[in-house]
Amino acid sequence: MASEKITSSGNKRIAMLKVLNPFHIWALGVGIVLVGEFMGWNFTVGKGGAYASLIACWVIGLLYTCVAMIDSEVTSTVAAAGGQYTQAKHIIGPLMAFNVGLYLVMAYTMLCAADALVVGDLMKSGAEVMGYANLDTKPFVVLTVAFLAWLNYRGVFATLTLNLVITFLAFMSLIVLFFAVDPLHQGVVLQHQALLTDLPYGWIGVIAALQFGMWYYLGIEGTCQAAEEVRSAGRSIPLGTMGGMMTLLVAATITWFVATGLMPWQYLGQAVTPMYDAATLLGSSQLQLMLFVATAFAAIASANGCINDASRAWFSPARDRYMPVFFGAIHPKYRTPYRSVLFLVPIAISFAFTGLLDQVITFSILSGLLGYTFMTFNMIKFRKMWPLGSIHRGYIHPFHPIPAITLLTLCCATYFATFLGYGASLLSIMAFYILASIWFVLRRYKYVKRADQFTMPWPRPKGY
Amino acid sequence: MKKNYTPPSQGIFGQIFDTVLVLVLVYASLMVPLLFKAEAKAEAAAAAAVETVKATWESLGQNAIQQAQWIKLGYDPEKAATLINSRFDYTIDPLMLIITIVVVIGYFLFMLKVSDKQYREVIAEKFDN
Repeated sequence: MASEKITSSGNKRIAMLKVLNPFHIWALGVGIVLVGEFMGWNFTVGKGGAYASLIACWVIGLLYTCVAMIDSEVTSTVAAAGGQYTQAKHIIGPLMAFNVGLYLVMAYTMLCAADALVVGDLMKSGAEVMGYANLDTKPFVVLTVAFLAWLNYRGVFATLTLNLVITFLAFMSLIVLFFAVDPLHQGVVLQHQALLTDLPYGWIGVIAALQFGMWYYLGIEGTCQAAEEVRSAGRSIPLGTMGGMMTLLVAATITWFVATGLMPWQYLGQAVTPMYDAATLLGSSQLQLMLFVATAFAAIASANGCINDASRAWFSPARDRYMPVFFGAIHPKYRTPYRSVLFLVPIAISFAFTGLLDQVITFSILSGLLGYTFMTFNMIKFRKMWPLGSIHRGYIHPFHPIPAITLLTLCCATYFATFLGYGASLLSIMAFYILASIWFVLRRYKYVKRADQFTMPWPRPKGY
Repeated sequence: MKKNYTPPSQGIFGQIFDTVLVLVLVYASLMVPLLFKAEAKAEAAAAAAVETVKATWESLGQNAIQQAQWIKLGYDPEKAATLINSRFDYTIDPLMLIITIVVVIGYFLFMLKVSDKQYREVIAEKFDN
């Protein structure tokens, strides 16, 4: 278990603890995402109808399968905190790395804010059922973020062990709900034949649905953030990530099947907690309670994983001076990026309190999408600069370059989907990243030690 | 052998300024789309208000099972009409589409070009010195 590392310029660094196994990686990836099966995925129904949502679920599932394949190869080879940020630093260059770091911080911090809002809304719904109307959600939002930040401050092992338990319980609740609706006998509980309609917007609605289809899986790539803290990155990252994708494909399909068999698509398309609503429709107080707890667990697990990932994504560029170096510190006792953890607490809370949930979600989705676009040329360059056999890879993904080309094609389709309905947000968020890039080139890059940006024990890349 | 680049160290006020600047940019990009949306939302609300008058399940095109589910969810026809009549407008403005494509592609081209130049500096210091 390494405790110190030495940079090329001779400085000693305190390293993070290597304590995680493949189950923790599964819990980190699925934990962040599973809340998307309890809420958020259903906005695909609003954008294109129920069938469009199912098509988006599978098409975006293909996009994320490509992401998981590419990530597994590169991360098992570049095993360092920061995940895709560190990959970009070693393969594309500093400006790309800076942007990837920002994508990750924004995607996870905003997702954390949305999760905390769900916890607050859920408490309000629960209070209404018990006869207490107009419960103030704000204290629950603050408490959720503050408690999870404290947990993250104290250590990664306890943080992700909690995620493992509550994520598993939340996933099992979906399985129980699936069997509770008597899935083999149509018309008894499920009413697909009466509730499923044609595509209300035609095929353009199917493309538009791809945007929120990302909610089925958004964040699975966060497994890479733990690369520096797993005992065996070459084994744990591919196992945890691929296992996570399989879990999510099953959960997403179950979720769609149950919800669309119970609710009219116009309701489902804007519901805040659709799975809790599904349990309410079944008229069973036990199921209602189970889904209440499971939705809360899923949101807490997601917020927990997001704080874990966002703090590492903020810490790593700070350690390399891309961001203010103050945030690049590791706690001497707990070995966590504690300053980054604390810094992101008020920011996540303030995002939650803006009241701009759809803007916050769109920012999160688009930041993720920009990151997936980066992965396509990152993968192509990685294989070109260090061909197979030239360096040790923990995992080699099959059929290269088909996954990279497929991923780029699906990313383009999802940009178009975002343009349909959220074009102003798309341009505004692009303006943010363009201004931040110019700021980095003109101001921040002068603080970066050039040779320290390449820390892997690899030969000189081909073409450089 | 070329000497390695030694960066200046940044003071605490510079670090605070840079951190605040990033946050200001983020909040600005969250707020700007609201300027575009405010007008559209007001128009949509006015249109929906007209359509919700005297709504019935039949006029909303809901079959018997859909009606039953709406009622279980706590909705009557007038309340449900707001959701049922709320529709996305997928009319494509070609100019906006072209601007968006140019911005996204231009952003990635700019980033790849500048990154490549910076990466060559990194590799030169790492492997030549």
